[in-house]
Amino acid sequence: MDGGGRASAPGSGRPQRPRSDEGHAQGRLERVRAAAAARVTKGAARARALVRRVEQTPPPPGPFRPGFWRSPLRGPWLTSVFGLVLLIGISLIFVTGMLSYASYNPGLGRINDQTPDKGLLGFYLFAWPTRPYWLYRLTQGVHVTLGVVLVPVLLAKLWSVIPKLFEWLPVRSIAHGLERLSLLMLVGGVIFEFVTGIINIQLYYVFPGSFYTLHFYGAWVFIAAFVVHVGLRLRRMTRALRSRSLAAELRTDLAHTRPEPPDPDGLVPTAPAPPTMTRRGALAMVGGGSLLLFAVTAGQSIGGWLRSTALLAPHNRTPDSGPNGFQINKTAASVGVTPAHVGPAWRLEIHGPGPTLVFTRAQLLAMPQHTAALPIACVEGWSTPNQQWSGLRLADFAALAGLPAAGSVLVQSVQPPGPYSSVVLRGNQIHDPRSLLALRVNGADLSLDHGYPARVIVPANPGVNNTKWVHRLTFRT
Amino acid sequence: MARFARWYGSGPLHLLVLIASFAVTGYALVRLFAVRPLEVAIWFVGAAILHDLILLPLYSLADLSAHAVLRHRATRMPQPPWINYLRVPTFLSGVLLLVWFPLIFALPTPYPGATGLSMDVYLGRWLAITAVLFVASAVAFALKLRRVRRAAHADEERPAPGHDAAS
Repeated sequence: MDGGGRASAPGSGRPQRPRSDEGHAQGRLERVRAAAAARVTKGAARARALVRRVEQTPPPPGPFRPGFWRSPLRGPWLTSVFGLVLLIGISLIFVTGMLSYASYNPGLGRINDQTPDKGLLGFYLFAWPTRPYWLYRLTQGVHVTLGVVLVPVLLAKLWSVIPKLFEWLPVRSIAHGLERLSLLMLVGGVIFEFVTGIINIQLYYVFPGSFYTLHFYGAWVFIAAFVVHVGLRLRRMTRALRSRSLAAELRTDLAHTRPEPPDPDGLVPTAPAPPTMTRRGALAMVGGGSLLLFAVTAGQSIGGWLRSTALLAPHNRTPDSGPNGFQINKTAASVGVTPAHVGPAWRLEIHGPGPTLVFTRAQLLAMPQHTAALPIACVEGWSTPNQQWSGLRLADFAALAGLPAAGSVLVQSVQPPGPYSSVVLRGNQIHDPRSLLALRVNGADLSLDHGYPARVIVPANPGVNNTKWVHRLTFRT
Repeated sequence: MARFARWYGSGPLHLLVLIASFAVTGYALVRLFAVRPLEVAIWFVGAAILHDLILLPLYSLADLSAHAVLRHRATRMPQPPWINYLRVPTFLSGVLLLVWFPLIFALPTPYPGATGLSMDVYLGRWLAITAVLFVASAVAFALKLRRVRRAAHADEERPAPGHDAAS
């Protein structure tokens, strides 16, 4: 730094110097330059010596010593098997997560958008379709169930690379230091995303802030590091996967289980303990953990008799029997809706360019009714099979309001102000003939917990956007 | 190029990719930390620390301790390797607990009110699954033990040909 400053000083002062001094100045410049170069060389040599000394510092005792980690199973092949599963699984979770964000139609305004400051991170948003009607049921079921199922694989992957956390030196070069910072984002990010997601579906709201904000921005922090990690390790992974045959590993018993050959990354132990488990056994145990989690979880997204097989999942029982006996996201009581809100005084208001229309529930029931068989699918991953809804088409209300080609509708609930007490739906959602303001379900009046006197039901719409206890529809161009 | 690699420790593409990644990270982090930044940072970094420096050492230690404590039970009868009959059901029961502990310990107070369902079933179900896993493991180990000991018994009664040749 110092040397560089001195060398450049004469150059910067040149325009003020008299012409006759040119030759003299040139010589002085050369001398200064030479002196500076000598200084730089000496400095660099000193720095190199220092680096060498640091490099030769022996690792402190404990996990920093190469002999500390002894599992004979650790090695690039096993890590790569877990890595490949996570590469595919996490990519799928990320894509379904992006779709979940798009399905809320955040582009329609602040009411729909939990993360209005997203900026460029919403670059891919598009009008969420209404067909196939089971789209959100599928994408969100996959997002949540796959997240739960991958937990053992994630644990195994992190176990397999733990010696790298304690590698010595902690930072060998600028590149190495930056890469480790990126790894902190990767590991912190992946655990943060899994933890916030998994405790949110259990309604355990202990995280600091809104779930949507944390999970959405956390996903982008994670994926930035994930893409780099995949980019830097993909070739190493494929090489490691080719180094051993999976079929051969699955036939190898304990007596023939040997450590992998030493690797430059130091995953393979220098002093391996005798094996107590085969690689086949390790893969079976991790895979078995995933299968078991799948077995006690997936039923809540499939429904029917399989719901009861989801022994530990949050929505594994029906809250009630009869026509209204299907899953409830938020009961009336939990969001402050009382029978008084929806008693005889309840009216439905339709706003548009013309005069406001007001209907009692009896008047609505007297109008021609339409039916639609549609599921309820929640952001928490659970869903119901199709329910038989009946009521009035949103498109018909749009025509009544004097806006048959309405571009959006603001749906407002009698629910006291809070998350999802109102929502904006897009034109394609209004005009789908299956989009209803439902009054009845499965041949009976809606129960209070399912949105009596009237609720919205739109194909492929996230559950929370099928607003319950509706009292006002405002159509816009 | 070579001088760059010596100074930086890798190729220029490595640096460019990392800077691009950190730019995205920074863009998202500013928004992630917009509200309650300290707590969010604690959760983010704490997640990695909790796993790498607490959970992983604890289960590794538990595994090593199980080995050490239960190793020296030498009997005259042959003992097949047993650790996995303990390890596998513990792991399976453990991952169920790790994922579903809020419901198992009835921690989320909004749950019953919001869903109209009770949380009381989860602890019993997890314990039942755990019991089934360990019983299945015990049965599998008992069968293995019987097979090994029968084989050993048969060997004792009828000396192996190799044994004959040696004596």
